[in-house]
Amino acid sequence: MASSNDCDPLPAGVLPVGIKVLIAGGFGVGKTTFVNALSEIEPLSTEEILTAVSAATDRLDGVENKATTTVALDFGRITLSPSHVLYLFGTPGQERFWFMWDELSEGALGAVVLADTRRMEHSFAAVDFFERRGIPFVVAVNEFDGAHRYRAEEVRTALDLTQEVPVVLCDARVQSAGIRVLLELIQHLLTTRSSHGSDTDQLLRA
Amino acid sequence: MTPVLPDGPLIDEAVGRLVRPYTVSDGRTRATSHFTLVTVVQATGAQTQGAFGLDHAQVLALCERPVSVAEVAARMQVPAAVVKVLLSDLAEGGAVVADDAPPPSPGHCARPDRDLLEAVRDGLLKRL
Ligand SMILES: Nc1nc2c(ncn2[C@@H]2O[C@H](COP(=O)(O)OP(=O)(O)OP(=O)(O)O)[C@@H](O)[C@H]2O)c(=O)[nH]1
Ligand SMILES: [Mg+2]
Repeated sequence: MASSNDCDPLPAGVLPVGIKVLIAGGFGVGKTTFVNALSEIEPLSTEEILTAVSAATDRLDGVENKATTTVALDFGRITLSPSHVLYLFGTPGQERFWFMWDELSEGALGAVVLADTRRMEHSFAAVDFFERRGIPFVVAVNEFDGAHRYRAEEVRTALDLTQEVPVVLCDARVQSAGIRVLLELIQHLLTTRSSHGSDTDQLLRA
Repeated sequence: MTPVLPDGPLIDEAVGRLVRPYTVSDGRTRATSHFTLVTVVQATGAQTQGAFGLDHAQVLALCERPVSVAEVAARMQVPAAVVKVLLSDLAEGGAVVADDAPPPSPGHCARPDRDLLEAVRDGLLKRL
């Protein structure tokens, strides 16, 4: 954990804005470890009720088959400034529940997909999910002890990532490594913004 | 690998029980959509009028300083959806205020402006 004082409240004054980043990836890839290494509060978990859309959509009456389910999310907090607080949410690991991430990604800045080079295929579902929805993400390779060390480009090939998706190596247990992964995500967001000309707010202000 | 969608009822011990929305918060499911997991709330100190129960009092006690919906829910050990209902009761009565972040559009990730991204980047750099 990042702070010795677990119960520090946020600074008083104008209410800060909460910012959400998702930490995704396959089962046991190090999501909880990553969140806990970065968080300034003790590890917390919350149950969110999410809508799960079943594949069995009834084509005759057109009614979608929806059900809700509760899912436990680990999360951690990083106070960035008096006006910005970052929350990291670990997504549920089992990839057969990937469909629940739809609501999770609402309002999220972006995502970190953790990958374990010994079981790369466990992160396919997460990569696929964020790609399909156009949610910006970076891939962070969690280098477990004893695992063969790969170069970022080998991981890119194995996961079939486009050239613009950043791939970084990290140790999920180390705070500074996690910060660097998050910085990579923010830089990616800044870069894709300008290259896609989506800076309309800037134009309006000019 | 193609994820396999369940075709039976969505129940699994690994994920949890199936709940219907109306079973939470005494069957109330009214508009609480402006509260997200990361909405930051704080008690105003304004006196609340009688009708609130213990749960409301517990929420108020937890948000004396600014705190997120997710944290309140985690510390109370109740689902976030329940906390959102309690908070909207309190906000209606003026006992709680929320940050003024624009509500997220359904099904979409955030579209942050450059200033926000730079503020996040600078905050992270200070942590290195
Ligand atoms: N050696 C090593 N062990 C790690 C690292 N990251 C995580 N672990 C260990 O790997 C195991 C799984 O890590 P978790 O953080 O629980 O993984 P998770 O993705 O949250 O798992 P689920 O929530 O079950 O999907 C734990 O025993 C961790 O201590 C790492 O970078 N190096
Ligand atoms: Mg976990």
